[in-house]
Amino acid sequence: MVTTRIDPERVLRGPSRGRETRGTRVFGAFNTVFLILLCALMLYPFITVLAQSFSSPGAINAGQVSFWPVGFNTDTYAAVMQNETFWRNYGNTVLYTVTGTAIAMVLTTTYAFVLSKPHLKGRKVLIGIAVFTMFFNGGLVPNYVLISSLGMKNTMWAIVLPGAISVFNLLVMKSFFESLPKELEEAAQIDGLGWYGIFGRIVLPLSKAVIATMILFYSVAFWNDWFAAFLYLDKTELFPVTLFLRNLIAGASTTASEGAAAAGTTTALVSSNIQAVTMILTVIPILCIYPFVQRFFVTGVMLGSVKG
Amino acid sequence: MTTALAADREPPLARGPGRLRRLRRDAVRYRWLFLLMLPGLVYFALFRFWPMYGARIAFKNYIPFLGIDGSEWVGFAHFQAFLSNPDFPRLLVNTLVIAALSLLIAFPLTIVLALLLNELRLQILKRTVQTLVYIPHFLSWTVVVSITALLFAIDTGPLWTFFAGLFGTDANMLADPDWFRPLVLMQMVWKDTGWGTIIFLAALAGVDQEQYEAAIIDGAGRWQRVRHITIPSILPTITVLLILHTGQILNTGFEQIYLMSNSLNRTVADVFDTYVYFAGIEQGAYSYSTAVGLFKAIVGLVLIFGTNWLAKRFNQQGIF
Repeated sequence: MVTTRIDPERVLRGPSRGRETRGTRVFGAFNTVFLILLCALMLYPFITVLAQSFSSPGAINAGQVSFWPVGFNTDTYAAVMQNETFWRNYGNTVLYTVTGTAIAMVLTTTYAFVLSKPHLKGRKVLIGIAVFTMFFNGGLVPNYVLISSLGMKNTMWAIVLPGAISVFNLLVMKSFFESLPKELEEAAQIDGLGWYGIFGRIVLPLSKAVIATMILFYSVAFWNDWFAAFLYLDKTELFPVTLFLRNLIAGASTTASEGAAAAGTTTALVSSNIQAVTMILTVIPILCIYPFVQRFFVTGVMLGSVKG
Repeated sequence: MTTALAADREPPLARGPGRLRRLRRDAVRYRWLFLLMLPGLVYFALFRFWPMYGARIAFKNYIPFLGIDGSEWVGFAHFQAFLSNPDFPRLLVNTLVIAALSLLIAFPLTIVLALLLNELRLQILKRTVQTLVYIPHFLSWTVVVSITALLFAIDTGPLWTFFAGLFGTDANMLADPDWFRPLVLMQMVWKDTGWGTIIFLAALAGVDQEQYEAAIIDGAGRWQRVRHITIPSILPTITVLLILHTGQILNTGFEQIYLMSNSLNRTVADVFDTYVYFAGIEQGAYSYSTAVGLFKAIVGLVLIFGTNWLAKRFNQQGIF
């Protein structure tokens, strides 16, 4: 125990200020400036990519583009958008993301709901099962063998099903459900609502924040995924756009013409501006949704992490 | 009201036939609930536990044509082959270096950033900074690596120009082994430092503000308040994250490393995760690659239990 010695004068002077010396204020100012600079630094890569996407290949190759487009044009956008493979892969990404997120949300919410019932026998085991898979897994090849033997190679299911439950998301959801007032469910039970009624009419409507957060997390995960596609898909027409982009860089780092072939572009040059445009178009949906969901996920995740 | 709730309450003694009856009663009462979680249970069984069972091919010479059970049992041969492989020391060192970069540089930076954010008085500024620093977390590794490729492209990338001038070099940073680790570290920090602060800020949001007020009255300066209130309050979070990190030491993650590696920087870029892929999928050494993966997973499990035990010995809250 620290003995509290109250200095009456200091109390009279009101809280703070007494020791909020010049040093502290200088620190505050420095901190503010530093964090603003840091933000600028975080944004810099985006700005460069954006600038390059509107620049002429000549200017990029001369190393002139850093903050601002040089030789402004939108030809690159037009070229990429005319690329059929790109749009097809883009469509695949949308399809995989929507399907995957829908499945994931059903599995995660139902399982989390059951886990959140304190009276349930075997609840600890069910949680243990999930947590264990966080720390231990069969590894790459056994998964590969499984997907192959299920006949899921070169189908959407290889992309969508293996990631259907993220244990982290599951636990966040579980603690959110646990934090809901018990009285509501009890009252609903007395009014004759069954488990499904409680789940559908009481619990889900009260969980909009956490549901929004989980939808964001899952859809971002499916949108960004390329490894599953890389492993399980051989046909270009099934690729998601991330794999299209990956092949673009993989190609560009060897030779430009090979890159064009890998990406299926007709232009001879997979130059930086094409990469930049593809990147921008890949990232835009995430950046558009993110600000709307952000206010939810900060509360959602905080709830989960404080309790979990 | 009490009647319905009484049913939920446990009877004081449940032994013998009463226990069985209760179990049956529970099974009936909860049957719809069980049905609700069935899809999830099937998911775990099929996509998480079945591959664990499938990992027994690490102890066999798996030939797809013969099937897992038809393949010849070889015991620990693949594990021995891996541990005595001349590549093993190099893989281990590469993996540990990247883990060390993440644990000793990226992780502390996250804590520092969280503390700095916590000291921001202006709420609107704090929120704006948070919004911006979280964004890179939501990008795919393919995008992050593409951005790196643009920024560090030899002769043309703006960051290449910057660093080349700074260090007086004209190396191709994307292929040079000396630049592999710095680039990987920069990517890690850029992508996840901001996002990592969220959990600390959550812990800090739970700190009783009266503690700060009391400390101010006691005449504690800003630094003293940070030292004696803020840091102790995030210490449990730090411990938990450290335990989790330690368990992940051998998991550098596949995507980032694979995408950043090329034929020129392989000497430093090869890690266990990429090795498992090359050996297993590209070269078709299924059993050998599974043994490598299993080795990695078991070491991770031991590490996580070990650090958890250590944390508890030092009176910190563990994760189990």
